[in-house]
Amino acid sequence: MHPILKLVSQRLALGLLLLLAASALIFVGTQILPGDVAQSILGQSATPEALANLREELGLSEPALSRYFSWLGSAIQGDLGVALTNGQDIATSMGRRLGNTLFLAFWAAVISVPLAIFLGLLAVRYKDRWPDKLISGVTLASISIPEFLIGYVLMYFVGVKLGWAPSVAMINDSMSLGEKLHAIALPVTVLTLVVLAHMMRMTRAAILNVMQSAYIETAELKGLSSFQVIARHAFPNAIAPIVNVVMLNLAYLVVGVVVVEVVFVYPGMGQYLVDHVAKRDVPVVQACGLVFAAVYICLNMVADIVSILANPRLRHPK
Amino acid sequence: MQDQLDYLAKRAGAGKLSRRDFMGKASALGVSAAAASTMFASAAYADGPKKGGDLKIGSTGGESTNSLDPATWASQVPYHNGRQFGDTLVEVSPTGEIEPRLATSVESTPDAKTWMFKLRQGVEFHNGKTMTGDDVLKTMERHSNEDSKSGALGVMKNIESMKVDGDTFSITLKDANADLPYLMSDYHLVIQPGGGMDNPAAGIGTGPYKMEVNEPGVRHMYSKHANYWGDDAHFDSVEILAINDATARTAALQSGQVQLINRLEPKIAGLLARAPGVSVQSTPGRGHYVFIMHTDTAPFDNNELRLALKYAINREEMVEKILRGYGSVGNDMPINAAYPLFDSSIEQRTYDIDKAKEHYAKSGHDGSPIILRTADGAFPGAVDAAQLFQQSAAAAGIPLEIKREPNDGYWSEVWNVQPFCASYWGGRPVQDQMYSTAYLSSADWNDTNFNNPEFDAKLIEAKAELDVTKRKALYSEMGMLVRDQGGLICPMFNDFIDGVSDKLVGWDVDPNGELMNGQVTRKLWFA
Repeated sequence: MHPILKLVSQRLALGLLLLLAASALIFVGTQILPGDVAQSILGQSATPEALANLREELGLSEPALSRYFSWLGSAIQGDLGVALTNGQDIATSMGRRLGNTLFLAFWAAVISVPLAIFLGLLAVRYKDRWPDKLISGVTLASISIPEFLIGYVLMYFVGVKLGWAPSVAMINDSMSLGEKLHAIALPVTVLTLVVLAHMMRMTRAAILNVMQSAYIETAELKGLSSFQVIARHAFPNAIAPIVNVVMLNLAYLVVGVVVVEVVFVYPGMGQYLVDHVAKRDVPVVQACGLVFAAVYICLNMVADIVSILANPRLRHPK
Repeated sequence: MQDQLDYLAKRAGAGKLSRRDFMGKASALGVSAAAASTMFASAAYADGPKKGGDLKIGSTGGESTNSLDPATWASQVPYHNGRQFGDTLVEVSPTGEIEPRLATSVESTPDAKTWMFKLRQGVEFHNGKTMTGDDVLKTMERHSNEDSKSGALGVMKNIESMKVDGDTFSITLKDANADLPYLMSDYHLVIQPGGGMDNPAAGIGTGPYKMEVNEPGVRHMYSKHANYWGDDAHFDSVEILAINDATARTAALQSGQVQLINRLEPKIAGLLARAPGVSVQSTPGRGHYVFIMHTDTAPFDNNELRLALKYAINREEMVEKILRGYGSVGNDMPINAAYPLFDSSIEQRTYDIDKAKEHYAKSGHDGSPIILRTADGAFPGAVDAAQLFQQSAAAAGIPLEIKREPNDGYWSEVWNVQPFCASYWGGRPVQDQMYSTAYLSSADWNDTNFNNPEFDAKLIEAKAELDVTKRKALYSEMGMLVRDQGGLICPMFNDFIDGVSDKLVGWDVDPNGELMNGQVTRKLWFA
């Protein structure tokens, strides 16, 4: 078997095992939390009778272990079940939310990844001169400010004062692509600012590292312009660490943006998960947890494979 | 000047001048703010309500876990959903009277045990069926039967039997209750086809707006129900957006993405009131923020200690600092002037260090710190309020120790479990319901474990008392019992603070609930 194929299949198997472990951990976690879904649904208005009735109806009177395995059994067959709280089909409602999250993450990535790499290259080109310092300064400042604050500031000035973009990024199916993009302008800007610095700094550091090599000196000696040296010779050799950090940030864009979603009232996965954790709606939490874990595992796998492909020594092991 | 004023009023009536602009221009002409406000209202009402427009409401309390099943409703977005697609038998008017909705009249037997609701005829559900007595009966059965998990189960417990006879729906009670119609105005008791027995979360009712899109935790979209029986409800469509973040909600109102928002934070409300294009509507309500002590648990089983704590809280300071003036002081009973039959002659308890010291000494408490549990989720500002309480009590030599609990699980692990904690009550339409829900010794939500036979006897006596003067006297005595012997420390009643776009006309003060008791979509219109 080709070593790459072997690697991928090994990684996939390991990923599945990790997913199983994650589901067990999430289940245990939700059991440890105080209160259960019946208490959460009824809240302050819970009476003992209403609680007992609801628990019976939701099947919470069964022991935890048998609940976990019956969930696992149907999940393996692709049936994620229905939410305990409102009876909606999990696959459908989560699918819509996941689509929204991916939509936001996609556009944030489309803007931030090329921009970060370009700024990184630019910073290397003008190393220790004012463009480098400016880029580093601005991106570091934007990563240091909490994202909700950037969100509020943009919301106030761009959304309320200037009226250029809606302050609430609510999208729905009846909107055209243009309307959707307009609606998510502010959250995409915030996310771009948040992930930019990390990727930019990594690009800069990785390329500077390569720039010490002898073959760069050779390239310079044969008369290439400094940007050509960076783009043709340094960048391909620095790709592994850059892809790693890009993938980490992409994963963040999918699973870590709950704060931005809440601030801009964006109907994504984060808010969906938080709502259901608060209500102890275990099947939904499980399903969301699995999706998040799968995204992380996949993106990390991609990062690994790309770094192997980018490195001839790893591509052709002896 | 009069000509100019008439001109302004005409423009305002035609919707060409916002309230704010009108007020500004009128005051430039030397008209007082109050007079200008009245003029604006009458100008805007002059042509009667205007039909049409798409109303958007930004509301807190919307989660992806929300259901359209009325039995499960506990937060704001589901409450407003119910007001769109649903309708109750009766409703409570802003002045506290029972008004007809799906029942055209209510009568009772002289002993207040059997109640007859005459049902409105020719009312159509959104699925095209005509509402029958059977639908009403089944709805009430679903909320009151033994396996009900309804939030309204508490108000339905006293029902002995129900029946339908032609167009009359009647309820027979186990114990007399002169306030039964008020109980039937509960927002959970939305009449559903077949009582919602088959599909409780279908979102089909007889309300003014028909559900189009249901995305829990995101948005709920409604269009005007073509065959709605009433003559109010002026919008073409209504959209309720779940915006839980207070800053986002305020920004959405200011940027014009929504025209109405609920639950403004007191600290933001003052600032928003100065912003252009919007106004802040503060409505004194029956909701109150409280600290509750279990009267059967040491050290709170000692009434002297309870009194010491009641004298050791600075109510004015709380209203000023926690509510920023958007509220009023409480008097250690769950009732205020917003209730019918309130006795305003009951003396207001104030912060009194000497009396607090005196009662504290009499209680013989050993001086160990008294643990007060609180969480941000107990009520807005609950942690700060606990700290203010701690300081004012310390001045009287009473040591309070604040234990901050997580929001998550507060209502299941702390409230009604721990002997001393912060909490809130939303209030009820009438005194009887408030007392029966939380102060009767056998009540499920008796969160102070108040057990006073004299109080219970008076409450039951008042239920059957149809003479208003006698009932008022009974309620006054009951209020005094809770105030002087109960486990409730009630420092403040909070206002409902809503944000309203100047484009909307018809706002009225309604103490029954936020956003005009949820009736904004029926009673307001676009200027």
